Amino acid sequence: MSKLKSNLVVIGIYMVFIVLLITTIYPMTWVVGTSLNPGNTLLVSKMFPDNPSLLHYVELIRNTDFMLWFGNTLKIAVANAFLSTILVAMTAYAFSRFRFKGRQQGLMTLLVLQMFPGFLSIMAIFVLLLQTKLLDTHLGLILIYVGGSISMGTWVMKGHFDTIPRSLEEAAFIDGASNKDAFFRIILPLSLPSITFVALNSFITPFMDFILPQIVLRSSEKMTLAQGLYSMVANETNSSFTVFAAGAVLVALPITLLYMYFQKYLIHGMTAGADKG
Amino acid sequence: MHVNLDARRYRTKAAIFSALFIGLGQLYNRQYVKGFLWMVVAQLFFWTYYPIAYKGITGLITLGDVPSRIMKGKVVQGDHSIFLLINGLITVVIILLFLGMYIMNIVDAKKNGEIRDEGGQVLGFIASLKRAKFRNFPYLLLLPASCFVLFVTVMPLVFNVLIAFTNYSAPDHIPDRSLVDWIGFASFYDLFTQEAWRSTFVGIAVWNIIWATVSTISVFLSGLILAMMVNHPRIKFKKFWRTAFILPWAVPQFISILVFRVLLNGSFGPINDLIVNLGFSPVPWLSDPTMAKVSIILVNLWFSTPFLMALMSGVLTTMPRDLYEAAEVDGASWRQKFTKITLPLVLLATAPILIMQFAFNFNNFNLIYLLTDGNPNQPDYFYAGSTDILISWIFKMTLNQSQFNMASAVSIIMFILIAGFSLWNYKRMKSNQEEDWV
Repeated sequence: MSKLKSNLVVIGIYMVFIVLLITTIYPMTWVVGTSLNPGNTLLVSKMFPDNPSLLHYVELIRNTDFMLWFGNTLKIAVANAFLSTILVAMTAYAFSRFRFKGRQQGLMTLLVLQMFPGFLSIMAIFVLLLQTKLLDTHLGLILIYVGGSISMGTWVMKGHFDTIPRSLEEAAFIDGASNKDAFFRIILPLSLPSITFVALNSFITPFMDFILPQIVLRSSEKMTLAQGLYSMVANETNSSFTVFAAGAVLVALPITLLYMYFQKYLIHGMTAGADKG
Repeated sequence: MHVNLDARRYRTKAAIFSALFIGLGQLYNRQYVKGFLWMVVAQLFFWTYYPIAYKGITGLITLGDVPSRIMKGKVVQGDHSIFLLINGLITVVIILLFLGMYIMNIVDAKKNGEIRDEGGQVLGFIASLKRAKFRNFPYLLLLPASCFVLFVTVMPLVFNVLIAFTNYSAPDHIPDRSLVDWIGFASFYDLFTQEAWRSTFVGIAVWNIIWATVSTISVFLSGLILAMMVNHPRIKFKKFWRTAFILPWAVPQFISILVFRVLLNGSFGPINDLIVNLGFSPVPWLSDPTMAKVSIILVNLWFSTPFLMALMSGVLTTMPRDLYEAAEVDGASWRQKFTKITLPLVLLATAPILIMQFAFNFNNFNLIYLLTDGNPNQPDYFYAGSTDILISWIFKMTLNQSQFNMASAVSIIMFILIAGFSLWNYKRMKSNQEEDWV
C-alpha cells in the first residue's frame, strides 16, 4: 500500500514536471520559431516553421536601428560595470576595514537608499538632467546607474570583505605592506565572487532596465535595446512582431548563456546581503 | 580654578579666534602656512560666492516673481521657477559644505591648542598634511561615492520632496510659461479630501499591497514545492530538471514580459488562438480588469519561481535530518512534517529574502508597465488604469500628465512607508546578530 502510494507520488511529480517543462519552454520556442518564420504575421506563423529563414534577422539589422541600440547599450554597460565596480569596492573597503566617525550613519543611509528605488524620483532626475544639459546623453544615464549601484552593491561587497580574516592583512602590514598592497594583494583576490557579482550586475542592468533609459534618452539614435524592442511591440500593429522576435532572441541568447554560466555567483550574490540575517 | 583655566588657555583662545575668522586660530597656534591657506581659500570662496548664494536663496524662497509675458508680439522670458528651485538647492548644499569647513577649522584649532596646553609641539605644515592623509584615509576612499550618492540620489530625493509642496502641475503652473509657488500641504490635502484623487489613491494602494503580498507568497510556495519535488529522493535526472526550471530566471525579464504581452494578446495572441481552436471561448487575459490582475500574478510566477527554487534547494540541503527521523518515529504524517518542520525552518532561513522580494515587488514597475501598461482603462481613476500600481501611476503623472506636485506627494508617502519598513527590517536583522555586524 505504502509502496503504491509512493509510486503514485513519483508519477505525480513527473507529470507536474512535464507540464511545467512545457510552460517553461513554450514561450521560448515560440519566440525562436516566430523569428525564423518567413511570413510576416503571427496568425500564419507556426511554432516549427516548414522552411525556416533568417529573413527577419537580416531585416532587423538592415532596416532598424538595432545595431545602433546594441552599440549604445554595450557602451553604457561597459562604462557602468567599470565605474560601479571601482566605486563600490572602494566604499565597501572603507566600511569594512576602517572605524571612523559617521560609519554607522553612512551604512544606515545606504541601506535606506537601497530600499528606495532611484526611479521614484524620476521627475527630479529628469529635471536635474535637463538643467545640467545631460538629458538625452549616455553620460547622464551612466551617472545615474553608477549612483544607484553604490547603494545596491556596497552592502553585498562589504559583507564579503567582512568574512576575510583581518589577520591576513595584519601579517602583511607587519611585513611593511601599505593599505594599497593589502587591498590589491589580499582583499581583491579573495573577494572575486562578490566583485564578479557587482561587475556582472552593473553590466547587465543597462540591457535589462527600461524605465531609466525611457526617462533619460529621448531620441531614437540614443536608445538602448530595451527601449528599442519595446517600441516595436508598443504600437499595436502586429507586423513588427516577427522582427521583434528576432531582436528578442538576439538579446536574450547571450544574456541567458551568461546567467546560466555565472548562476552560482549570481544567486549567491543576490542572497549575500540577506544571508547574514 | 585659576590653574584649570590656565591649563585650557591655548585651546579656548585658538577656538575663539578660528570662530571669529577662519584660519586665525591656526596662525595663533603658529601653524602659519596652514593658517594662511585656510584664510585665503575661505576669503576667496566667501567673497566670490556671496552674491551667487544670495541670489540662490532668494530664488529658493520666492520661486521667481517675474512671469513670462508677451510684449509687442515678442515673448519676454520671465523667471523659471524650477531652475530657481534647483539652483537654490545646489546653493544650500554648497553653503552646508562651507559650514562644515568652518566647523572643521574650529575643531582643528582647538585640537592643536590642546597639544600646546599639554606642552607639546604642534606639527609643521608638511607633517600635518601627512598625518591628515593617514587619518582621513577612509574618508578619502568614501569621497567619490558620497559625491555620487549626494548628487544622483539624495539631491533628487530632496528636490522631489520640495516639489510636493509647490503647485508645479499642468495646465496652469508649468514654467517657463507661468510661475510655480509654494503651497504648503495643499497637495496632500487634495489627495485625501478630493473624491477623485482619494478613490484613485486608495484603489491603487489596495491593489498594490494585494499584488505585493500575493506575488511574494505565491512565489515562495511554488519555489519551495518545486525544490522539494526536485529534491525528492526517487526523482531521477535531478540536474536536468533543475537546469530546465532555472531557465526562465536567466532570460532577461523585460523580454519575457514583452513576449507574454504578445502571447496573451486578446485578438491575435497565439494562446487565445489555441484556446479557440480547441473549441473554447477566448479568455480576456489582459483586457478584463480582474483577469489582467490574475495574468500579472501568473506571469510573475513564471519568471520569479526559478530563483526561489534555486534558493530553497540550498536551504533544504541544510535541513536537520534527525528532526524528520524523530517525527517519523512519532508517526507524523507528510502534511505534519511539512507544516511543523519544513515550513518554519525554511521561513526562518529565507525571511530576509522574502522581505526584499516584497519590497521589490511592491515597486515592480517593469512588469506592470511592459505587460499591461496599467490597462484596462478605469474611467473613475485620475490618470491611471485598473492594474496600475503606485509607482507606475507616479510615472504616468510625471511623464504623460505633468502632475508633478501630486506625483511627488504620492512618492513621499511611499518613501515614508518604504523607509520605515526597511529600518524596521534592519533593526530586526541586527538584533538577530551576535557578532559585530555593522
